[in-house]
Amino acid sequence: MAKVLLFGRLGDIAGWRERVVEPAPANLTALRELIAGLDPALAEALAGKGVQAAVDRVLVRGDMALAAGAEVAFMPPMSGG
Amino acid sequence: MVRLQAAPFDSGALLSAFCADRSETGAVVSFTGLARAGEGDVESLVLEAYPGFTDAEIARIAGAARARFSLQDVLVVHRIGEIAPGEAIVFVATAATHRREAFEAADHLMDYLKSRAPFWKKERGPHGERWIEPSARDLEDAARWE
Repeated sequence: MAKVLLFGRLGDIAGWRERVVEPAPANLTALRELIAGLDPALAEALAGKGVQAAVDRVLVRGDMALAAGAEVAFMPPMSGG
Repeated sequence: MVRLQAAPFDSGALLSAFCADRSETGAVVSFTGLARAGEGDVESLVLEAYPGFTDAEIARIAGAARARFSLQDVLVVHRIGEIAPGEAIVFVATAATHRREAFEAADHLMDYLKSRAPFWKKERGPHGERWIEPSARDLEDAARWE
C-alpha cells in the first residue's frame, strides 16, 4: 500500500486529504496517474504550475520508485508567514 | 529552534526569553508577522502544515541561515490552524555578535518562510474562502538570497 496526502487547494478540490492506495503503484508517476484518473478536476490541479511531490517527507523532482508503505504528498505552491 | 503551534503566542514574551542570559551577543533582531483583516475581507486565516515535514524543512533552512550569517542562535515560532486578524502568525528572532548578520538573517528567514516553507494559507471571509499563493514580490524576495 501507499499513503497519499493532498495539501492546500488540492485537498479541497479532491474532497479528501488522505487516502490509502492498495497495492502501491511501482513509481511516483504511476501513483500520480492513478489518483488523477479518479477525478478530472484533481488531474488538472495536479498538473498545475508549482505542484511538488514528496516521498517519505523528501521533495522529489521527476520520478522515483515507491517502496511498499511509502507516504506520498502532493503540494501546491507554498505560502507561510 | 523551530516550533509550530496552534495556540496564540506573545511575541514580547518570546523576545524577552530569547534575549535572556546573553553576555556574548551584541545584536538580537526579531520580526513578528500579524494577520491582517484586509479591510473587512478577511475574518480569519487558516494555516495548514505537513507535520514532520514542515518543521524539518524550517529547521534545515534555519540551520543553513545559522551557518551563512554566523548566528549564535535562531528561533522560529509559526502558528498553524485558524488565526484571527491582529494575532501573530510568525515570530523570528536571530542573535549574532554584530547587528548586520542578525538583520540579514531575519530578513532571509522571512523571505524563505513566505514562499518556500511548506505551509498552505487560506483566507476566510464574508464572501467565502480563498487559497493564497506567494505573490510575484514574495518570489523575487526569496530569489535575492540565491
